[in-house]
Amino acid sequence: MTAPVQMKTRDAADARSAGVTVWRTPGERIALRWRRRPAVVASILLLLLIPLGLGVLLSGTFEIGLGDLWAAATGSAEPSVARVLGLIRAPRLVAGIAVGAALGISGAVFQSITRNPLGSPDIIGFVTGAATGAIVAILVFEAPPWGVSAAAVAGGVLTALLVGALSLRGGGGGYRLVLVGIGAGALLGAVNDMLMTHSQRDEALAAQMWLVGTLNARDWGEVLPTLVAVVVLVPVLLGVRHGLAVLELGEDQARQVGVPVGAVRLVALGAAVALAAFATATAGPIAFVALAAPQLVTRIGKATSVSLVGSAAMGAVLLVAADLVSQHLPLNLSAPVGLVTGVLGGVYLLWLLGRGR
Amino acid sequence: MDARLTAQGIRLAYEGRIVVPELSLEIPDRGFTVIVGPNACGKSTLLRALSRLLTPQAGTVALDGEPLGSLRSKEVARQLALLPQQVATPDGIAVTDLVARGRFPHQRLLRQWTSADAEAVDEALRVTGTTDLADRHVDELSGGQRQRVLLAMTLAQETGILLLDEPTTFLDMAHQVEVLELCRRLHREGRTIVAVLHDVNQACRYASHLVAMRDGEVVASGDPSELITPALIERVFGLATRVIDDPVTGTPLVIPLAGWAAVSSPAVSAERAAAPAEESA
Repeated sequence: MTAPVQMKTRDAADARSAGVTVWRTPGERIALRWRRRPAVVASILLLLLIPLGLGVLLSGTFEIGLGDLWAAATGSAEPSVARVLGLIRAPRLVAGIAVGAALGISGAVFQSITRNPLGSPDIIGFVTGAATGAIVAILVFEAPPWGVSAAAVAGGVLTALLVGALSLRGGGGGYRLVLVGIGAGALLGAVNDMLMTHSQRDEALAAQMWLVGTLNARDWGEVLPTLVAVVVLVPVLLGVRHGLAVLELGEDQARQVGVPVGAVRLVALGAAVALAAFATATAGPIAFVALAAPQLVTRIGKATSVSLVGSAAMGAVLLVAADLVSQHLPLNLSAPVGLVTGVLGGVYLLWLLGRGR
Repeated sequence: MDARLTAQGIRLAYEGRIVVPELSLEIPDRGFTVIVGPNACGKSTLLRALSRLLTPQAGTVALDGEPLGSLRSKEVARQLALLPQQVATPDGIAVTDLVARGRFPHQRLLRQWTSADAEAVDEALRVTGTTDLADRHVDELSGGQRQRVLLAMTLAQETGILLLDEPTTFLDMAHQVEVLELCRRLHREGRTIVAVLHDVNQACRYASHLVAMRDGEVVASGDPSELITPALIERVFGLATRVIDDPVTGTPLVIPLAGWAAVSSPAVSAERAAAPAEESA
């Protein structure tokens, strides 16, 4: 096949759209169109993960320098360095990326379907519900990581069904969904706290850390479920991305233009609930990433439709950056990553809002 | 009359409440059909059934002889397009991007923007006179402009049949005429148009075929100049009127009588019935 042709904006309708790139193979078997700015933003975010990732790999009480990293990469590092990197730092970094991406893209899907930024899974109680499932699995059943993830998904799905059923009663959607979700989240949050206070005393601190969201002491076993979920479900969501975009115009318009509305909603919501649940099973309920990542990407990238890849990238960057900050706080302050995401994401969002559109 | 889109004995209901008990209708091919009637007479419900958004409880809606329910939704979307009453436009979306979303039935996973897609959007913008607005944000546009852009989105679907659900509601007079003249132009270019309109006079001006509904039934249908009489308006809308010829277009012009008594009262109806030939000058 001859090389793809990148069309400059000189084509008919394309010429009218400044800032749009079109990419077609000869014969147009593949023909894609995207807005440049959101694509650039997503690319920059992905690139940012490199310095941030290096930062995480180099942070911690055990001294590791760039030279050690290089040695580990070429297989000539000391065993202790390799062990710390391979069993502690690397899973921590991968957890940050996978959990952040999962939350970011889950938030984007929820906010798109509900057409409401407040419809994010961390606002409407799904994340808290997933945490309930995870806590029950950990404390009551002492389940292994895959069991915890499954229980978290079950918790998230049950919460989703409960919130959905309760909010449908009054005509569904809109603020009723948000209010019911906030209520459910508050209730389940109380349940979580109660379960935690009944845990063994020596586990209480670790349990409390987990409840506020942390990437500490994640091993590969705990990271793997979320990583697999991201690798499997993100392409699924990309597949229904265009149906989701049309769905934002209203159910009538989506139906009449041929979008299989029921199927798209089911697949998208199912994947989004699962991703949020897996993320919560790995790192605990982390505040704000699912809400903030899509909003930040939309505002910075000036995108107007579901920005799935951008939200995933922003979520990963937010969480890894928060992890880095939480490890380097001045004055020997120690804060789990969940607190830092709230501060970082919140401050940045307020600043963007204050600047105007 | 040739008719690609037909309804036979359909019964339509929402949540157990029957809106249309039994209705049969043929949409004349290449015609400009307008459906009029009082609020809650079922005209929008009928349009939704014609566009497969609502499945009839009984009877069939058929396109080219095939029941709508048996056709794949994307395939129907290439033949028939509906502009719904409510379309939510995302914040900050540009006109071109909104119009481009009408291309969905022609797109595949990796074939999102072929030259055919670009040309269709181009043409839709040109026909609706919105080419200059291509890069503007939809939420910055005036009511008439926004409606024209939504019409462009429906046109980008490239269908032979257009269903328009109250395309002029909430627009001021000038913008209403703007949209209707655009529809007339689309009709002249060979499309089949079915529109639900509130204004009977506008309907008379633009329709080649008028369908008057009340309480979920077709009361009368046909050529507007033959159909529209005070008796029919009384029967459909419960309003006492005079009907004259529009001094500009010659089509029927419906003028409500003065005073509260003009709204259907038994005395007025009896008077009307007693003096039938007086009013159609």
